[in-house]
Amino acid sequence: MSELEYKVIVGLEIHVQLATRTKMFCSCGLGFGGEANTRVCPVCIGMPGVLPVMNKQAFEYSVLAALALNCNIPSFTKWDRKSYYYPDLPKNYQISQYDLPMSEHGYIEIPLEDGTTKKIRILRAHLEEDAGKNTHTFGNFSAIDLNRTGTPLLEIVTEPDLSSGAEVKALAVELQRIVRYLGVSHGDMQKGHMRFEPNINLEIIKEGKAYRTPITEVKNLNSFRALEGSVKYETVRQLDEFMETGVTFGMGNKRTFGWDDVNECTVLQREKEEAHDYRYFPDPDLVPVEMNDEWLAEIKGQLCELPIQKQQRFVDEYKLSEYDAAVLTGDRATAEFFDGAVKLGADAKRVCNILTQTGLKMANEKGCSAAELGVSVENLATLAKMVDAGDINANAATKIFEEMTASDKGPAVLAGKLNLVQKSDAGEIEGFVDEVLGANAEAVAEAKSGSKKSKKAMGFLMGQVMQKSKGQANPQVVSQLLNKKLGESE
Amino acid sequence: MSNKIDEAQARQVAKLSRLDLTDDEIKRFSGDLSSILEYIEKLDELNTDSVEPLAHCLPVHNVFRADVPKESLTAEQAVANAPERYDNYFKVPKVLDDNSGA
Repeated sequence: MSELEYKVIVGLEIHVQLATRTKMFCSCGLGFGGEANTRVCPVCIGMPGVLPVMNKQAFEYSVLAALALNCNIPSFTKWDRKSYYYPDLPKNYQISQYDLPMSEHGYIEIPLEDGTTKKIRILRAHLEEDAGKNTHTFGNFSAIDLNRTGTPLLEIVTEPDLSSGAEVKALAVELQRIVRYLGVSHGDMQKGHMRFEPNINLEIIKEGKAYRTPITEVKNLNSFRALEGSVKYETVRQLDEFMETGVTFGMGNKRTFGWDDVNECTVLQREKEEAHDYRYFPDPDLVPVEMNDEWLAEIKGQLCELPIQKQQRFVDEYKLSEYDAAVLTGDRATAEFFDGAVKLGADAKRVCNILTQTGLKMANEKGCSAAELGVSVENLATLAKMVDAGDINANAATKIFEEMTASDKGPAVLAGKLNLVQKSDAGEIEGFVDEVLGANAEAVAEAKSGSKKSKKAMGFLMGQVMQKSKGQANPQVVSQLLNKKLGESE
Repeated sequence: MSNKIDEAQARQVAKLSRLDLTDDEIKRFSGDLSSILEYIEKLDELNTDSVEPLAHCLPVHNVFRADVPKESLTAEQAVANAPERYDNYFKVPKVLDDNSGA
C-alpha cells in the first residue's frame, strides 16, 4: 500500500473569535462560561421586531486582521442571512456575508521545518455571528444556552494549498501569533477562540494516472494536536479506502467527519441531505458598510511588524538562531522587550540568553509574558552590558534578573548589594595572584612542567586566587595574569 | 394552468422550513406559490439593463454602535416566554443530527 505515490491536499475554514467587549449586533457582553442565558437580550435571542446594529470595533478588528493576511478590502460590503435551523441560533438564520465579503484574495506566510516559508493563499475572510450552545446530556431533551449567540467571528477560508499535517499546524500557530500580535483575538484555543475545519483529500498516482479521493471535512477542531492528527489520520484512512474501493472524488460525495479526541480518529457524522441549502439573501435589517481611504489608512496605522517578519529580522540582523528567534517572537510583548534592549545597545545574543534561560522560565511559572515580570527594558539592557563588560558573570546575571522582578533597583545597585560584582582591576587581582604563586611552589612547578599534571595544577592555582578574592575576581583576568606570570618566570 | 411550483417543490420548501403539511395543504400551497411567482414575473417586463444591483433599499451605510456593554436580560426574563425550560436553559426536543455550530 505504501507503494502508491500520493500528495495530501488541505484547505482550511477557520473561525476566529474577536476580542471585542460586546457581541456583533447587540450590546451584550462577551465572556466564557458563566450562568446560562445571562448574557442575552431580545436581539441575540431572536425576538420579533428587534434591530441588530453593527459593532464598529468588530468590523475594524476584522479589517486589521484581513490586512495582516494581505487581503484586499473592498470599498463596499454587505450582510446576508444564511438559513440555519438549529435552536442555538433562534432567528433561524445566521447573519453572515455571502457574495460581497469584507475582504478577499490574500495570503499567510507560514514557517516550514526546513527554515523556509510558504505562502498559503486566502480566498476570503468575512464577519459573521456565532451560535449558542446545545447540551444534550441533561436528559431526553436538549438544553440551550444563548450566551455565545451573536459573538463576532472572523471566518477565514484558505485555498487548498496545504500539503501535510505539519503545515496545517504551522498555519494555525502562525495565525494565532498574528491575531495576538494585533490584539484582535485572544486566540485561546481551549476557550474556542480559534476553531478549524480542514477539508482534506489526496491525489494518488496509480499506474501513471492521477486520482483524487473524496473530500472529507472535519468539523470544529480546537487544538493544534487534533488539527495535525486529523490530517494524518485522514491521509491513512483515505489511502486505505481508495485501495479497497477505488472511490474517487465526485459531485455530492464530500463527507463530514468529527474528531474523536480520545481514540484520535475521525468519525463520520450523520447529516441531513438538505443540510446545506443555505438560501442566502441580503439582510434587510442591516445597512451595507462602505470603506473609504481615510478610514482604511486609520486602521492600517494599527498594523505592526508581523511575527514572521520579526523572526526573520532577528535572524538576519541580530544573528540569532531560527530556534531562538521563534521562541522570542512567540508573543509580541516578549519580542518587543528583547528588541528594545538590543536597540539600547545591548548584545543580542546576550539579551537572548538572559531571556530564554531566565526570563521565559519565570514568565512561564507566573503565567505572564517576560515583558510583564516587572523588569524595565533599560535595566535588561544594562544587565546584558554588565555581563559583556565583565562586571558580572552569567550566573550573577540570572540572580540579578530574578531580583529585579521583585525590586525597583537597577542591576548595578543589585549586583553590589548581592556581592556579585566581579573584580576586573588587574592591580588588585595581581596581589592575590602573587600571594598564591608564592605560597604554592609545588603547584607552580607542575603548572610550568608542561606535563599531564600542569592543567590540573593551573586549575588549582586559579581556584586559590578566586577564593582569595571571595569569588569576585573576573576569571578571565585571573587566567590572563596567571599565564603571564608563569610564563615570565620560566 | 401549469404550476411553476409543483408539489414536489412545495414539499421541499415545507421540509426546509420545518413545516409538516397535509397532502391537501401541499396542493393548495403549490398553487398559491405558483400564482405568487407569476405575479412577481410582471417585474420581468421592466428593462433593467442599465440599473445597478441594489444591496439595500435605503441610501444609508455605516450604521455602527460603540463596543460598550449594556445590561443584558436576566436568565429569568430570557426564558420567561419559552414553552419549556430546564433550569436557566431553553428546553427543546432533542437535537439528533447536531451539526449546529456556526
